[in-house]
Amino acid sequence: MHGGQSETRSVISGFESRHIGPGSSEQSAMLSVLGVSSLESLTEKVVPKSIRFSGSIDLGDYSKPRSESETLELLHSIASQNKVFRNYIGCGYYNCHTPTVILRNVLENPGWYTQYTPYQPEISQGRLEALLNFQTMVCDLTALPVANASLLDEATAAAEAMTLSVQAWKKGEEYTGSPTFLVSSQCHPQTISLVRTRAEGLGITVKEVDPSSAPSQVVWDGVFGLLLQYPYSNGEIVDPRPIIDAAHSAGALVTVATDLLALALIAPPGELGADIAVGSAQRFGVPLGFGGPHAAFFATKDEFKRLMPGRIIGVSKDNAGNPALRLALQTREQHIRREKATRNICTAQALLANIASMFAVYHGPAGIKAIAERVASMTGRLGAALSKSGKSVTKSGFDTITVTLSPSDAAKIVSKAEALGINLRVSDVGVGISLDETVTDSDLNDLAGVFGASLGAAGDDLVPATLRRTSKFLTHPVFNSYHSETEFLRYCRKLELRDLSLAISMIPLGSCTMKLNATTEMIPVTWKEFGALHPFAPRNQWDGYAKVFTDLEQMLASITGFHGVSLQPNSGAQGEYAGLLAIRNYHLSRGDAHRTVCLIPKSAHGTNPASAVMAGMKVVVVDCDENGNISIADLKNKANEHKDNLAALMATYPSTHGVFEEGIIEITKHIHSCGGQVYMDGANLNALVGLVRPIDIGADVCHINLHKTFCIPHGGGGPGMGPIACAKHLTPFLPGHPMMSAAATTGPVSAAPYGSASILVISWAYIVMMGAEGLKRASQVAILNANYVAKSLEGDFPTLYRGQNGFVAHECILDLREYKKTAGIEVDDVAKRLMDYGFHAPTVSWPVIGTIMVEPTESENKRELDRFVAAMKAIANEAKKIVRGEYDRLDNPLKGAPHTAKAVCSDEWNRKYSRDIAAFPTAETRDSKFWPTTGRIDGNFGDRNLVCTCPPLDNY
Amino acid sequence: MEFPSNCKYTKDHEWVRVEGDTCVVGITEFAQSELGELVFVDLPSAGKSVSPGSTLCVVESTKAASDVYAPVVGTVAEANAALKDSPSLVNTEPYTGGWMVKLSGVAKGDLDKMLTVDQYKELLKGRI
Repeated sequence: MHGGQSETRSVISGFESRHIGPGSSEQSAMLSVLGVSSLESLTEKVVPKSIRFSGSIDLGDYSKPRSESETLELLHSIASQNKVFRNYIGCGYYNCHTPTVILRNVLENPGWYTQYTPYQPEISQGRLEALLNFQTMVCDLTALPVANASLLDEATAAAEAMTLSVQAWKKGEEYTGSPTFLVSSQCHPQTISLVRTRAEGLGITVKEVDPSSAPSQVVWDGVFGLLLQYPYSNGEIVDPRPIIDAAHSAGALVTVATDLLALALIAPPGELGADIAVGSAQRFGVPLGFGGPHAAFFATKDEFKRLMPGRIIGVSKDNAGNPALRLALQTREQHIRREKATRNICTAQALLANIASMFAVYHGPAGIKAIAERVASMTGRLGAALSKSGKSVTKSGFDTITVTLSPSDAAKIVSKAEALGINLRVSDVGVGISLDETVTDSDLNDLAGVFGASLGAAGDDLVPATLRRTSKFLTHPVFNSYHSETEFLRYCRKLELRDLSLAISMIPLGSCTMKLNATTEMIPVTWKEFGALHPFAPRNQWDGYAKVFTDLEQMLASITGFHGVSLQPNSGAQGEYAGLLAIRNYHLSRGDAHRTVCLIPKSAHGTNPASAVMAGMKVVVVDCDENGNISIADLKNKANEHKDNLAALMATYPSTHGVFEEGIIEITKHIHSCGGQVYMDGANLNALVGLVRPIDIGADVCHINLHKTFCIPHGGGGPGMGPIACAKHLTPFLPGHPMMSAAATTGPVSAAPYGSASILVISWAYIVMMGAEGLKRASQVAILNANYVAKSLEGDFPTLYRGQNGFVAHECILDLREYKKTAGIEVDDVAKRLMDYGFHAPTVSWPVIGTIMVEPTESENKRELDRFVAAMKAIANEAKKIVRGEYDRLDNPLKGAPHTAKAVCSDEWNRKYSRDIAAFPTAETRDSKFWPTTGRIDGNFGDRNLVCTCPPLDNY
Repeated sequence: MEFPSNCKYTKDHEWVRVEGDTCVVGITEFAQSELGELVFVDLPSAGKSVSPGSTLCVVESTKAASDVYAPVVGTVAEANAALKDSPSLVNTEPYTGGWMVKLSGVAKGDLDKMLTVDQYKELLKGRI
């Protein structure tokens, strides 16, 4: 492996000491509380010897850590190998201006990018409002009444629409053949390819159809859904109503993949009869980033809301009757449905959706329309110029023109353009040009010049008169109030201050690994050398990215012990799906089509069974024993019973119960002896790096949550990245992509070949700055911190499961059930009361009901852990006061939590405890107070009355 | 908790009560207390044939989604339309206003195989 820089300078101020919270004296103090002499000795006690990695991770030239400044310098030299061209490739990705006020105050602001999914809505109202704005914007522009809070990309959103359509298919119960999904040949190629991949596992037949053919020519038998692109991928705008009507007559649902900016000018899908609209919100202010991260959108009719994928933000009310936002209809999700789930999405692209929604707030309806008019007008001018010069061009369009050319003429044009630093799209029929808001008159002249045409002042109106939009959009005051930068900045800030982020205090969510997202890791993300590249740019323009990918692949291979790595999956769940597809296709390649049974322990993440179902597997659930471990007896019975059809075992390691299971080798050996493969869920990799390699526990493939273990921030509910690593025999079955040169057995799982490429530099920088030994110490301190919290709280909150020698791994499950019996206190009461103490709750009632799971990560120092421990002990004391009768069982600080400033400062205070206890339970909260902005939220009310767009202002 | 003696029960906490030619099906007071307040009940359409183990309805609270299984072989004659707007009737009146489905064509022999109220209470011992 080449690091690019041979000189190894001495590290004066090591990054490791900035990333790892506790310094050496704090580590010693915590170790002595545990009665252990050193980190090494702790590792020996915690990690079973049979799987412990005795070597050191081989990071090649990166084994020794680099300082922050060295790393930035090195990465800059790598970035400069990327060539920033003017991109007119289109295909769902368009250049745009990120308003600088959004760039600095949202995209580059830890107050917006370090939060987790808004599971605790009372301290998440800021991003919940921004996401509600996103949903409102999508509903307005598509003219469909319900929308979700974003999906990973346009292609997966289209695949989700396919799943919804087949579930809603009324004839489905009687139909005996393979149901058919029709896909317009004018969809973007990556969408068609991904939908085909997804359809295989679901037993669906995909047929391409020419969307301009007469509906009577289409065979509708067995068709449950139709996917259209509007405008077409080649740019044309054709009235979809005839084919939509025909599909409806045949009992099929229609999905329209569309473009938000175009919808400011053309009739929206909802008005044309579409049942579902999907697309990407990227061009609303989000950099291209060589493919991501971006937010896709998904909108549908009210009758399908319960079948809608992803997160939905809904309006409800708090205990004082004030409107309050929270995640709605969560019962649709796989952590509840488990093996009955048919989709594995458990995240959104919150940060990117928020940027897009802020873009709409910033520009407002008039601004958005003006941008769209300008793009359309330039397209018209270019079209007229090309026509006049004798070229055959598409006659309708919004931002895209396709010029019909022979392959040799197309090649000439493309190379002429490249000489001017311009990228065009090469298609089957010729060359495509997609314009965007950044195009200037001078760019337009250059483009005309490439074709030997000269630009006139006037252009053609390429938007068909019958498809002009007449309805209003973005009419809510939020989109019409903040157009001066002063006002806009204050709106961003108002929302930011409502959210508890890592910039405020620790977020000890178990299984989420809320570690430091260091500034040095984040800075390169918005460099234009990474941000301004189109995912389908020619290979010779992204040498810098190629270097980052190769480095990262080798680093991850070394860390896991595996042979092959795919950086394509865009989330952990998508990694699971990609890994299972690799297993499935491996079995198929050996003639073992019947191997479809997937064993999954009861304790698994809900995404596991859902991913297995999506990959065409049948889930068999394996029991856990009383210690929370996989029941080896039950596992062997079930593996033996399904021996002939066994495809895989999915196991999380360390387990979701936060322990290193000693039986793992026996388990994986048995699976292999039955002909199955082992998928390791890498959600808990933060306990393993440098200590245990997945290959050594007997895994064949695993995913790696870069947004947990490798520092990509959670963005308030996305983005993430879930690359997979696998053994040599599975490498040929890693996902491919139509835009990648090599043909692949497995189709794409993401719209872009390298998923959300631009955030891979975060993980690269983290590994480079930590070096091999630093990564190992991070795991060791993560384990130390979890054990320190467990030990410090054991008198008040017993740890439910422990591994060998009584230690936990990198997280601990604290049992609160005793307090329910004695004080009537529920887990939620403790979670909400922690807000009054200035903390975000740990993971609540998962994986065991009545418990909380604490994962402090290595980035929190002893002082912060002690503060958390003190808060938990104080809450335990409050519960004991209830038991002793000093507090009322129903009217006490726990049941009344969280306490807002409005409630505490109100002239009315009728509660049976003081305002002081309510709001300032510690000296520290007096010094620095984070106020929850709403009282306890009534989730039931909101789920019975779903509202997922901005309510009128008079509701406030 | 109340468990009417004129109902038969399943170990999955459904109850069945004979009313004329049809059998009324719902979930027990214990089941509703475990689920919490319901926000949605997905009801089957009339004419659907069901048998033990097949899903009759899906009930959702804000925190859980559970299948209600058909206790016996039969055909859906009617579903309780009132639950569409007021799913929490299942919580407040589990044996009356909160009924879910009426089944026709149920064999008496199948009902005899179900748990009696005493057997069901025995099953819940230690859990309530």
